[in-house]
Amino acid sequence: MSHHLVEVKDLRYTYPDGTCVLRGVSFRITHGEAVAIIGANGAGKSTLLLQLNGCLLPQAGAVRIGDFPLNKKTLPYVRRTVGMVFQDPDDQLFMPLVYDDVAFGPLNLGLPLEEVEARVVSALATVGALHLKDRPPYRLSGGEKRAVAIASVLSMSPSILVMDEPTSYLDPKTRRHLIELLQTFKHTLIIATHDLDMVLDLCSRTIILKDGQVIADGPTLEILQNQELLDSGSLEKPFRLQGCPLCGTKSDASE
Amino acid sequence: MAALMGNIESSLLNIGYLETLSYQQTPLHRLDPRVKLLTTLVFIIAVVSFGKYEITGLIPFIIYPVALIAVGNLPPGYLFKKILLAAPFAFFIGIFNPFLDRALMVQLGPVGISGGWVSFASIMIRFTLTVSAALILIAGTGFNAVCLALDKMGTPRSFVIQLLFLYRYIFVLTDEALRLVRARALRSFQGRGMGFKVFSYMIGQLLLRTLDRAHRIHLAMLSRGFDGKIRLLRPLQIHGRDAAFFLGWSALFVLMRWYNIPHLLGNAVAGLIR
Repeated sequence: MSHHLVEVKDLRYTYPDGTCVLRGVSFRITHGEAVAIIGANGAGKSTLLLQLNGCLLPQAGAVRIGDFPLNKKTLPYVRRTVGMVFQDPDDQLFMPLVYDDVAFGPLNLGLPLEEVEARVVSALATVGALHLKDRPPYRLSGGEKRAVAIASVLSMSPSILVMDEPTSYLDPKTRRHLIELLQTFKHTLIIATHDLDMVLDLCSRTIILKDGQVIADGPTLEILQNQELLDSGSLEKPFRLQGCPLCGTKSDASE
Repeated sequence: MAALMGNIESSLLNIGYLETLSYQQTPLHRLDPRVKLLTTLVFIIAVVSFGKYEITGLIPFIIYPVALIAVGNLPPGYLFKKILLAAPFAFFIGIFNPFLDRALMVQLGPVGISGGWVSFASIMIRFTLTVSAALILIAGTGFNAVCLALDKMGTPRSFVIQLLFLYRYIFVLTDEALRLVRARALRSFQGRGMGFKVFSYMIGQLLLRTLDRAHRIHLAMLSRGFDGKIRLLRPLQIHGRDAAFFLGWSALFVLMRWYNIPHLLGNAVAGLIR
C-alpha cells in the first residue's frame, strides 16, 4: 500500500542558531519495513524524526509520506499517518488522566465518541496498560509511562510509527517487554536509537547517520558487523556480536 | 542544606498525598464535583460576608469542615498542618489591626480587648474556615475533577486548561528543581557555591529548561492533531443526593449567616434561667 511509504529526498535543515544538522539525507522506506536510524550524538537523528511528521518543515529537499509531499497543506494527513513517540514520555503525556491522554488524538480527529472509547480501550489493551486508565500520568513508573505514550499514538491508528529512543530509561525486563510488543506490530516502524541490541531484534534494515548525512543504508546484520563502518559513525558492535568476557573469545577471531 | 532538601522533597510528597486522599471511595468522594465546588463557594461567601468584628457568628460554621472531614475520611492533622503553612499570609494581613484600631470593644473583667484584636481574631477564624474548606474540596474531589467541574460550569476553557497543565507539570517542574538543588548541594563545600549568585543562575536554568519542555509538549500536541481546542471527554451526572448535599448545606449556611446562633442559644439559656 502506497500510504505506508516514507520517502526523503536530499533533505537539508539548519537550525536558526546556524547549526547545520541535516546535509542532504535521502532514503525510501516501504510498507511494513522496520528501520533503525543510528548514529552518534548530534548526528541529526532527532531532527530527522521531527521532519517526518512535520514538526519541522524541510528547508531544502522533500519529504513524502504516502501519496502526499509534506507541506503545510498536507500536515493534518501526515500527522494522522505518522505516529510519533517522543523520547521523554513526560512531554507526551500532558493530559490529566491516562484515559484523556490516549483519547486526545482520536478526539482531535473528530471521531464519534463510541469510536474514541473503543480505540482508547484497544490501544491501552495492546500495550497492556488498560488498568492504568484512570491514573494521572505523573503517578506512573517509567515503563508504564512509556507504554501509555505508545498507546496514545496507537489510538490514532497510524500506518507509520516513529519512535525516538524507545528503550531509554527502561529496566532490562521492561525493555524486553517493549521489544516483544514492538515485534508484534505490523506498522512501518522507524526507530532512532543507541540501543543496537534492540536494533538487532527489531529492525531488518539500518541507516547510519553521520554529521547530517547517510553513510550507510542496508541490512542490519551486514551493517552491524562492519567494524570499519561502525567506527566511522562513532558506534560499536551490539553486545551480542562482541566477544564473551567469560570464555574470552573475541568475535573478531571467529570471523 | 540537608534540611532544605528535606523540605522540598517532603512538601512535594505532600501534594501527592492530597491527591491520594482524593482517590478514596467515601460518600463525600462520590458526590458530583460541581456540587462540592458550588457548596464550597457558598460557604466561603457566607463566611467572608460577615462584618469585620464578627466572631461568635463564625463559630457555628466549623461544623462544615468537621462534618466533611468525618464523612470523607480525611486526616485532620495533615489538613491542619497545611493550613498552618498558609497561615503567615493571613497573619500579616491582620496583625496591624491591633495597632491601628485601639478602641476598647470588649471588657472581660480587668482585661480590655481592643477592636483591633477582635478583628484580627475574626480574620484568623475566617482564614482557617475558608482554607480548610478549599483543602477539603481538593482532598475530597481531586484537583482534576475540580477543574472539570469548573469547565462544565462555564469557566472559560483556556483558563481551565491552564490550571490542568499547571497541575500536570508542577510535579515535573519540582522534580527538575530538586535535581538542580541536589546537584548543587553535592558539589558545594563549606558554604561555597551556595550563594545567591548561583541561585539566580539556577532559576535561569530552570526557566530555560521549562521553555524547552513547553516547546516539546507543544510538538507532541501538534503531532496528535492539536488545533487550539482541547476536548475533554467525561460525562457528569447530578443525582438526588448531590442536590440534597448542595441544598442542605446552603440552607444551613444562609441560616447561620442571618441568625447568630450562639447568640440566640445564649439568650434562650439566659431566658430559661430567669
